[in-house]
Amino acid sequence: MLESIIAGISGLGAGTMYLATKGLPNIIMLFVGGVLLYLAIKREIEPLLLLPIGFGCVLVNVPLSDLMEQGGMLRFFYDVGIITEIFPLLIFVGIGAMTDFGPLLENPKILLFGAAGQLGIFCTLLLALALGFPQLDAVCIGIIGACDGPTAIYVTSQYAPHLLGPVSVAAYSYMSLVPIIQPPIMKALTTEKERTTRMAITKESVSKNTRILFPIIVTIATGLIAPKGLPLMGTIMLGNLMKESGVVARLTGASENEIANIVTLFLGLAIGGTMEGHTFLKSETLLIFGLGFLAISLDTVAGVFFGKIMYRLTGGKINPLIGAAGISAYPMAARVVQAQGQRYDKKNFLLMHAMGANTGGQIGSVMAAAVMLSVLKGMGLI
Amino acid sequence: MSDWSFGISLTIVGVSGTFLTLGILIVVIELTKKIFPLPESKKDSAGR
Repeated sequence: MLESIIAGISGLGAGTMYLATKGLPNIIMLFVGGVLLYLAIKREIEPLLLLPIGFGCVLVNVPLSDLMEQGGMLRFFYDVGIITEIFPLLIFVGIGAMTDFGPLLENPKILLFGAAGQLGIFCTLLLALALGFPQLDAVCIGIIGACDGPTAIYVTSQYAPHLLGPVSVAAYSYMSLVPIIQPPIMKALTTEKERTTRMAITKESVSKNTRILFPIIVTIATGLIAPKGLPLMGTIMLGNLMKESGVVARLTGASENEIANIVTLFLGLAIGGTMEGHTFLKSETLLIFGLGFLAISLDTVAGVFFGKIMYRLTGGKINPLIGAAGISAYPMAARVVQAQGQRYDKKNFLLMHAMGANTGGQIGSVMAAAVMLSVLKGMGLI
Repeated sequence: MSDWSFGISLTIVGVSGTFLTLGILIVVIELTKKIFPLPESKKDSAGR
């Protein structure tokens, strides 16, 4: 009986013993989880994602809890939602239902900013290859430059699931740091005259038919060109079609509220579950964070340069700053452009144009990922 | 395929493919707007 009691007591202390003997990576990751929770709660940086990710990270690093082992709670969320790619796609339905593509439809040419803002993906891909990452890993690291969490998760979960933790945390962290990362780059690359360019207010509006046809046309057109990306584009456009049709208010409401909220919670926990100390703490994780930062910076550089080209081509009618909004961080990047524009000219209103570029960035990021996947399929690599 | 030929091929096709697709979308959106213009009655209120 005494032996049973001693065995029982040793079972109670096993976790602490593990931490004391070989648990240094877990201790470090418990601290990292705490930092993520701090950023979410105190700084309100992407709290909807960083809070469950941070807590998932804490959960999985408590030793011997087996939450990520077969049958564990986090493993269940991971297998059901991430391995199957369902979670990011359901979030996309919600994003589509929340997004107003009106400013983009009023001035469709601005969609090109959404393509320029993706150049960081490809530059980072080349850098990751130069640093020795395998080809598919490099693709997934480059995708951080899409500035689009669900797209990064969708691609990484398929082609480099071992990088899911660092890639998704980097994607969401840097998205939330857009207001800090972008302004110095925007200032450095533009002249005072360019920054103070005022853009004409667009008064053109679009018919309801156009708004309803837009998601259907985009789905078919992009699906024909890049079929491997159809789940991404199709779900975002489904959400938008529900919103614009106006006939399924309950589904639209559920997509942008209940479904998006529940999926965000499970997705965050599952991503946190991939951050177990022994697998997460590698030199490549630090490299991925560095490359992710570069990716988003390069997106901004490319967007602003494209804005400068448009400025020249249009005879000074387009403010190059709106190029920085051609990324997927919506509506944060558009707000940054508006704030920067007004910093140099208080009566300059760039918000609607920037919103157009920003929604273009959403489509552009998904399109860039879709094109990449279809090209990889064409190369026979996936 | 070497890493560099992979990376450069993917970059060239990826960038041009993204620009091309979005260019096609611009044309299609403009066409749709022409086929389904905003009704005159709504143009007045939109312009206000």
